[in-house]
Amino acid sequence: MAEEVRFMQGNEACTEGAIAAGCRFYAGYPITPSTEIAEHMSDKLPRVGGKFIQMEDEIASIAAIIGASVAGVKSMTATSGPGFSLMQEGIGYACMTEIPVVIVDVMRGGPSTGLPTKASQGDVMQARWGTHGDHYLIALAPESVKETFYLTIKAFNLSEKYRVPVVLLMDETIGHMREKVVLPDYSTIHVENRLTPIVPPEWYKPYEITTDFITPMAPFGTGYRYNITGLTHDEMGFPTNNEYEIVRKMDKLRDKIERARHNIEDYETFYTDDANTLIIAYGSVARSAKEAVLNMRAHRRKVGLFRPITLWPFPEKALQELMKKVDRVFVAEMNQGQLIHEIQKIECYHKRIYGINRYDGEMITPNQIISKIREAR
Amino acid sequence: MKQPIVLTYLRAKKRFPHVWCPGCGHGVVMGSLIRAIDKLGLNKDEVAMVSGIGCSSRMTAYVDFNTLHTLHGRPIAFATGLKLGNPKLHVIVITGDGDATAIGGNHFIHAARRNIDITVILMNNAIYGMTGGQISPTTPHGGRGSTAKVGNPEHPFDIPKLAIAAGASFVASTTAYHVPAMDRLIMQAIQNKGFSLVEIYSQCPTYEGKWNKRGDAPQMLKYYKEHAVPITAKNKYSPEELKDKFFIGVFHNERKPEFVEEYEKVIETMQVQEKLKQLSKKEASDESQGKKQEETKTGKD
Repeated sequence: MAEEVRFMQGNEACTEGAIAAGCRFYAGYPITPSTEIAEHMSDKLPRVGGKFIQMEDEIASIAAIIGASVAGVKSMTATSGPGFSLMQEGIGYACMTEIPVVIVDVMRGGPSTGLPTKASQGDVMQARWGTHGDHYLIALAPESVKETFYLTIKAFNLSEKYRVPVVLLMDETIGHMREKVVLPDYSTIHVENRLTPIVPPEWYKPYEITTDFITPMAPFGTGYRYNITGLTHDEMGFPTNNEYEIVRKMDKLRDKIERARHNIEDYETFYTDDANTLIIAYGSVARSAKEAVLNMRAHRRKVGLFRPITLWPFPEKALQELMKKVDRVFVAEMNQGQLIHEIQKIECYHKRIYGINRYDGEMITPNQIISKIREAR
Repeated sequence: MKQPIVLTYLRAKKRFPHVWCPGCGHGVVMGSLIRAIDKLGLNKDEVAMVSGIGCSSRMTAYVDFNTLHTLHGRPIAFATGLKLGNPKLHVIVITGDGDATAIGGNHFIHAARRNIDITVILMNNAIYGMTGGQISPTTPHGGRGSTAKVGNPEHPFDIPKLAIAAGASFVASTTAYHVPAMDRLIMQAIQNKGFSLVEIYSQCPTYEGKWNKRGDAPQMLKYYKEHAVPITAKNKYSPEELKDKFFIGVFHNERKPEFVEEYEKVIETMQVQEKLKQLSKKEASDESQGKKQEETKTGKD
């Protein structure tokens, strides 16, 4: 396949990215505004030999993709806020058992049924802390249709590499927006595949604590018979109540992400070199923020933008460095203030931090950002 | 010399003692399941056992297959993904009455509706054992448990009827007393291409027996012996005689298109469509290129 120019929706770009990354199983349940992902997957997957199934609910969807991933197939599901809440137990299971899956959450207004057709960024904290217990996962937020394509591929690559569930946090605006995308030749895309064991079955430890905390994963049916359980388990995958084993397992789950932060974390800076005012925005809001930066730069105001691409783990170090240099920080998000807490947490230079929030279902406009910055002297 | 069956199929060195109480029926079911798999001569690497949460679901840790111990109520949903991911696997779901019909009721009926090739071994002890004897959806009306001390005001599920109505292609029921029948029924269920259910009444002397004053394990097994009536002998008894009896045996067995096979057909159809689409695209582009070439030629002339 050669390079192809397409005009498409964010949701469709997500499915193209998934297929390019090697996704061959999708289980989902219809929910606005993510339904187009299911529709496109049901059409595209069989054409490349993959499988699509519409499950009875979101709990079953996450369960089915974990099941398929255990069989060695790259799998994904897509949903929105209410369905994402239902999936949380399954996400915790995938964290504990270290099974790679990708969950797309096209965020809509909440809580509860909320605003099904309106944009929001209300699931940022749910993505990180939705399931119970200490756990570590990765969440990515795209700002355009094109980036949705590439971040979906990245989501699969990270998931396969670190054996961890990865959440792609799109917002309704990105999901339903149509833009031009140049799809590359799929054979040129870098695709990561999970490590499989090279030792004979009798030597295989399914949860062995290796130097980088990532253990090769044997698909079911390949001769490596082992136990997978959501109970806290030892290196052999069997339930344990031994304090030493429990701590080792919990540390493994943390350290495989924490120690690879520098490889996982991703962000974009925009006119930040000489900025004294910093806007922090992600997802579709970052587009308004960029417009605002350009507009204010035209008026010789030194404004810059920091856009985290990986929301979790949050690119703390990079932002801390930037915050040293600026006087004021504005955090623009389509909720009552969620990621701002993360920024307040790492802030140790006594900078003023302002939130620019909107939660009426409409996008934050460049003007709203500009006027807020002008107001706060 | 042939190795004893226990050493061949159990993780004998690693995983014992087991969690089941003395007198529990689940071990009998495990033995029966292993004998059935052995008789069918299935490759251990191609057997995947998926279980949920509960006493019965702990079985997966003890048997030497590909074992997946999942979330409460969700084993059938996990099994659906696993089966689609690798259709060569014989997927067996180990579940209990609470796991399959309370929290997992939705997945149970929908997997039956799809008729996906999964074998569900449902151990029905009419109580939540692991959490300490609460009533379950199969506790009879008036039955007692730690959450219904003066008797259950609710009515129980008839699991085989539920499965048949939902579209399962093989439905059978037996008890922990009728072991040879259990071996046979499990074998039949695994061989059936489609959603198969074997419901097994399994005694819980620790909680169900205690709360309902049904005595110890032998007494409970005796109850199964005396009150179970083979479904084939249904007509031999008068309605009065059948009043406090329950049926065992094969309730339902029909051949029906199986989901994974049906989906393979979908893949085939869509791939043919895709090929045709690409061919017509290629032809169209060839034609337009041909025209262009002609045009440029005439232009030159």
